[in-house]
Amino acid sequence: MQLVCPAGNLPSLKAAIDEGADVVYLGFRDDTNARNFAGLNFNDKTLAQGLDYVCGRGREVYVALNTYPRPQGWKRWQAAVDRAAEMQANALIAADMGVLDYAANRYPDLPLHLSVQGSATNYEALTFYRERFGIRRAVLPRVLSMPQVKHVADNAPMEIEVFGFGSLCVMVEGRCLLSSYAAGQSPNTHGCCSPAGEVRYEETATGMETRLGGVLVDRVGKGENAGYPTVCKGRYDALDKTYYAMEEPTSLNTLDLLPKLLAAGIAAIKIEGRQRSPAYVRQVTRVWRQAIDSCLSDPAGFQPRGEWMQQLGAVSEGQQTTLGAYHRTWQ
Amino acid sequence: MKLSLGPVQYYWSREDLLDFYRQVADMPVDLVYLGETVCSKRRLFRFDDWMDTARMLRDAGKEVVLSTLALLEAESELKTLRRICANGEFLVEANDMAAVQLLSAAGLPFVAGPTVNIYNAATLGVLADAGLKRWVPAVELDKDTLAAIGQEAPEQVETELFAWGRMPLAMSARCYTARAYDLPKDDCQYRCLDHADGLTLRTREGEPFLAINGIQTQSALTCNLLPEIKTMDGLGIDVLRISPQARHTDRIVQAFAEALQGGSELPDLQRLMPVGGCDGYWHGEAGMRRHSA
Repeated sequence: MQLVCPAGNLPSLKAAIDEGADVVYLGFRDDTNARNFAGLNFNDKTLAQGLDYVCGRGREVYVALNTYPRPQGWKRWQAAVDRAAEMQANALIAADMGVLDYAANRYPDLPLHLSVQGSATNYEALTFYRERFGIRRAVLPRVLSMPQVKHVADNAPMEIEVFGFGSLCVMVEGRCLLSSYAAGQSPNTHGCCSPAGEVRYEETATGMETRLGGVLVDRVGKGENAGYPTVCKGRYDALDKTYYAMEEPTSLNTLDLLPKLLAAGIAAIKIEGRQRSPAYVRQVTRVWRQAIDSCLSDPAGFQPRGEWMQQLGAVSEGQQTTLGAYHRTWQ
Repeated sequence: MKLSLGPVQYYWSREDLLDFYRQVADMPVDLVYLGETVCSKRRLFRFDDWMDTARMLRDAGKEVVLSTLALLEAESELKTLRRICANGEFLVEANDMAAVQLLSAAGLPFVAGPTVNIYNAATLGVLADAGLKRWVPAVELDKDTLAAIGQEAPEQVETELFAWGRMPLAMSARCYTARAYDLPKDDCQYRCLDHADGLTLRTREGEPFLAINGIQTQSALTCNLLPEIKTMDGLGIDVLRISPQARHTDRIVQAFAEALQGGSELPDLQRLMPVGGCDGYWHGEAGMRRHSA
């Protein structure tokens, strides 16, 4: 079972590799990937340095090209596929069928993975991607329960990778337009959820207000932590109450499930967080490396250590974690 | 341009659905999409009921398409999907790639609904090879993008625009209607039945923002492209889709039908919307913005 870690920049890439990541995934510095934020991602120079660092240590690099090009951007996405092929990425992670088609035809030797943004939650959908584009691995959206993950893995015609830790998308990835509804840019079109230019923090008499596209997403009292305003983690009014209508600020943590994921034949665990700091990447990679090694050596006796959970909790959104959809009662 | 009636996105009682489709038989729409697209627990209308309704509407002169679930997680959902795809009489709308796979493997033509991600002509080409007959663009696509895609689109593929209704924006494993009532999803008590147009979520400033519809999240505001019909020439749009709502669907259909026949008086449909209108996506802006909706 591989550990696949986020590299939003060169220091994060090095931190992940130093702490035992088998693979780092990264994107180019534009809207061709789903973490298109200022100051993140790789240019030619940092990419060359990153590749040296990873390859010199016998690990792998995946390139995320997982947004959906519109006609205006098509040539840029094509060029990004060309670039990933030239740098001999160990895999290209893509979502758009046009991009996959181009990559599969132009570079038959370039391994293709279906991104979580491809939004495939069942083996029939995965079969389409396998038959049309020769996809070798698929990353599952964070909407399936553990038995459903196993069922997909048992029936899918390719390897399966799942998210183990990080920010929790509560909507099925690749088909969520909440960000563009409020702020004009979505993960699919622009590679970002809640574009920074549309985010406002305002201190008011009643508390700190967070807004996206002018919409009041949350208001927190003194002493409460004001999170980054994503629509799905906001507090709204319905049925005469104000509440987190979709989800509270929290992170996904599946450490408890590791033996089951291993038994289900999951090929890789992905850590979310290319937008997070190198310190986050270092901490999370270290814990997950230890946990995976511990689970591989004794799956039956595996117990997440208290210190691991504590360390992961400390870097989580809202300082709390959940099993999310993997656990039926969450749904 | 033709007019279509999209699938009912909400959970209506059996009687309400039967009444509604009896009225639809007399509405000036050319196409009708039938079926459950949101939640597999909604079973007051079963496969045979949908087929009976489909035949009734076909006999009334409508072109009928069977629509399918957008988020498929369980084997039981795939089983239902297989049954719909193998119905043998009607064209099927795929709202997930699972349906695309089943239909293309069976050599059947299909419609791709708004939750099949098509953002460029290359993707349309892939799906045209697989049997795509018509596509409904993701609601977030703007008119310039549609024009650009239209220029390179395979000739035989038709375009159907989501022109009226609360827009489907997201789906989750979690049921937000059950959550609103502090109920677990497995014991949701079918509270969706109480919200025939979804449950409006307001911001803490009282602005209507989203609408909860089981596992689906919609826009609270109604997308209305009626005032834009005159700007659609040359975009290659073949069909306008109206998404049914609990009341006034007949009047909305009538207004669109008259506009398509060249009527110059555009009625103000604001009062027929649950809370208000929007058309930002069409203009390349945040979806909730309003120009002439």
